[in-house]
Amino acid sequence: MPDMNMIKSLNSALSISLKDNPNVVIFGEDVGYFGGVFRVTEGLQKEYGPHRVFDSPLAEGGIAAIAMGMGLNGLRPVAEIQFADYIFPAYDQIVNEIAKLRHRSGGEFSAPVTFRTPAGGGIKGGHHHSQSPEAQFTHTPGLKVVYCSTPYNAKGLLLASIECNDPVIFFEPKRCYRGPFYGDPHNVPTWNGHPDADVPEDHYIVPLEQARVVREGSACTVIAYGTMVHVAEQAINDSGIDCELIDLQTLVPWDRDTVVNSVKKTGRCVIVHEAPKTSGFGAEMSASVQERCFYHLEAPIQRVTGWDTPFPHTTEWDYLPSPQRIAEAIKKTQEE
Amino acid sequence: MTDRLTATTAPYSIGVPPFRPGEEADFGGVFKEQPGDLWRPDPATCTSDDSAPHARGLLRVLNDAGEAKGEWDPKLDASELIQGLEYMMRLRIFDDRMIKMQRTGKLSFYMRSFGEEAVAIAQTMALENQDWIFPSYRQPGAQFVRGRDMVSMICHCIGNTEDNVRGRQMPVHYTYKEGRFISISSPVGTQFSQAVGVAMASAYQKKDEVCISWLGDGTSAQGDYHYALNFASTFKPPVILNVVNNQWAISTHANLATGGRTFAERGLAYDIPSFRVDGNDFLALYSITKWARDRASAGMGPTHIEVYTYRAGAHSSSDDPSAYRPNDEAACWPGGDPIQRLKDHLVLIGEWDEEKHEALAQKIDDEVMAAYKEACEFGDLASGPYPPASTIFTEVYETVPWHIQEQREELGK
Repeated sequence: MPDMNMIKSLNSALSISLKDNPNVVIFGEDVGYFGGVFRVTEGLQKEYGPHRVFDSPLAEGGIAAIAMGMGLNGLRPVAEIQFADYIFPAYDQIVNEIAKLRHRSGGEFSAPVTFRTPAGGGIKGGHHHSQSPEAQFTHTPGLKVVYCSTPYNAKGLLLASIECNDPVIFFEPKRCYRGPFYGDPHNVPTWNGHPDADVPEDHYIVPLEQARVVREGSACTVIAYGTMVHVAEQAINDSGIDCELIDLQTLVPWDRDTVVNSVKKTGRCVIVHEAPKTSGFGAEMSASVQERCFYHLEAPIQRVTGWDTPFPHTTEWDYLPSPQRIAEAIKKTQEE
Repeated sequence: MTDRLTATTAPYSIGVPPFRPGEEADFGGVFKEQPGDLWRPDPATCTSDDSAPHARGLLRVLNDAGEAKGEWDPKLDASELIQGLEYMMRLRIFDDRMIKMQRTGKLSFYMRSFGEEAVAIAQTMALENQDWIFPSYRQPGAQFVRGRDMVSMICHCIGNTEDNVRGRQMPVHYTYKEGRFISISSPVGTQFSQAVGVAMASAYQKKDEVCISWLGDGTSAQGDYHYALNFASTFKPPVILNVVNNQWAISTHANLATGGRTFAERGLAYDIPSFRVDGNDFLALYSITKWARDRASAGMGPTHIEVYTYRAGAHSSSDDPSAYRPNDEAACWPGGDPIQRLKDHLVLIGEWDEEKHEALAQKIDDEVMAAYKEACEFGDLASGPYPPASTIFTEVYETVPWHIQEQREELGK
């Protein structure tokens, strides 16, 4: 199998979707001729034509609404929002319209739309090219929310999302497009040689609603998604504590069995995400774990998150959860 | 734009730019519109219908020979023209220095105003100092007009300890309250309707303060553009709303992003006097903006302007335009270069020469270099020092609430 970085594996998923299903169309800002500012759609317009892969006007609200219209009339649109920070003009269309279409029409209408959007920090993007707004969508019934972390799961999850009949918000950790990120900005590897860069050329699915156990362990369950999966892995190695690392992959609906069984086994839990703490997805995880595993917990659940502040530019390494902060939280669960 | 090009009309229309890489760019040499084509209505009585030819045409003052012609000639003193030239040259030299610094890692990102220097500079010079500037990212030149020190601008771009926004924003996202230059935000277009609100507040407080704002051809697809026009049309506050049509929104040419008419003409449907102006013509830009200000000041409300120009450089330091347009396209653009055109005019009227020009360029270059060195003494992105990490937690709210205070203590910095 060829080595692919995440950009190539996402591109492969999109190409397969276009080839396999004539009703798949791809559009968004700069995605057509240029192939997207992160090059995820590179070459697709040339191969599949300008009406299947096209540049849209610069209007996220329009992009979302057009996607819904196409979706309810037989197409399977995959729309790109150039940065997750720019999804908010589309928020009304996504939250009030697309998410609720199936329910409010008594099941008569639905729109199988996938919104791909690069999210997260670590690229010196400041307030508006760094945010991780997943919680703003996990709080919206009707949407499935996916967050990939490696080239392998990116491709399989994206194919599953496109083939899903419900609307999906698909977050891509842009810090990990070209390599995993272990929390050290001065040492950034590529995906070359990484086991998760071993990506089949052909179609495969990584099922939605299933978490991935990255590493088995007995002392503590660490739950993460996106870039933080890799940072947490580093923290576990640094801590020397035998943790189980779970990559959620799908946030809604999340994989209850994998998480609950793990916490029941370890009795300890650390949740990591880069979005702010207050009302972050970690709050949902923490509450759910407490409800389901209370009598197995040996220590308070820890959350390691971005701060409750706007995402900074020059000081972003003080904002993002670091391996040190995560390792400290893991150690704290061992003290009680 | 009746010359919108499409690649295919089936199953739906898909626009294409005039040229792609590998093709020879040729815009026909010169504009067909000439100075003197369009009359100058009275700003205190002009209706949107009066401006219909202006919205379809192209308002110019400098002709292809560099002469100022027609009733829109603002008849500026030579000293004012030289001042405008100086600001534009300063911006270009400043931009070039910043791009060089970006390549060495001293700043993370940069956006030049290359080819569009006249826009914010001529337009801000036509305003009064109490007027509000609500910019997008290619109007930093307005700060020169308002007297901002270059050291302060560079300190922001390189995110050091003297950055007035404390390293919070990406480079080029300037804030300059003293110059009434409102903080730049990355989400495009949001400022446009906010500017209408600023103008409504001026009117409410009975202040002679006009607000000017700009957004791009691409951004005019956003709802914010249409909110701005409709609110401006409804309430008629003193606002000048500019669509800078530099033809490229990153890789997306205007032909891919809108249908057949000029951007200016959209304003007519909102009953706002609307003009399409040669954006590389310093005098035309100055003149229409002064006109719009006079109109606003007379209580007649908004003016909508399409500034027709060409984005001569990359969208940003992260962009590579050779992937989507011919490299020589900017050189073929009939609008030419705004600095060259004003320089040619000054030479033609006997107020400027090559020697003075070179001396001025050298003087500015020295000043930019000195400012850069001074700014770097306070740190840069590559090597610090940065604003302290504690600045992450301040000014989120007026006072720091307990939960943020707790997080600050957790970080321990």
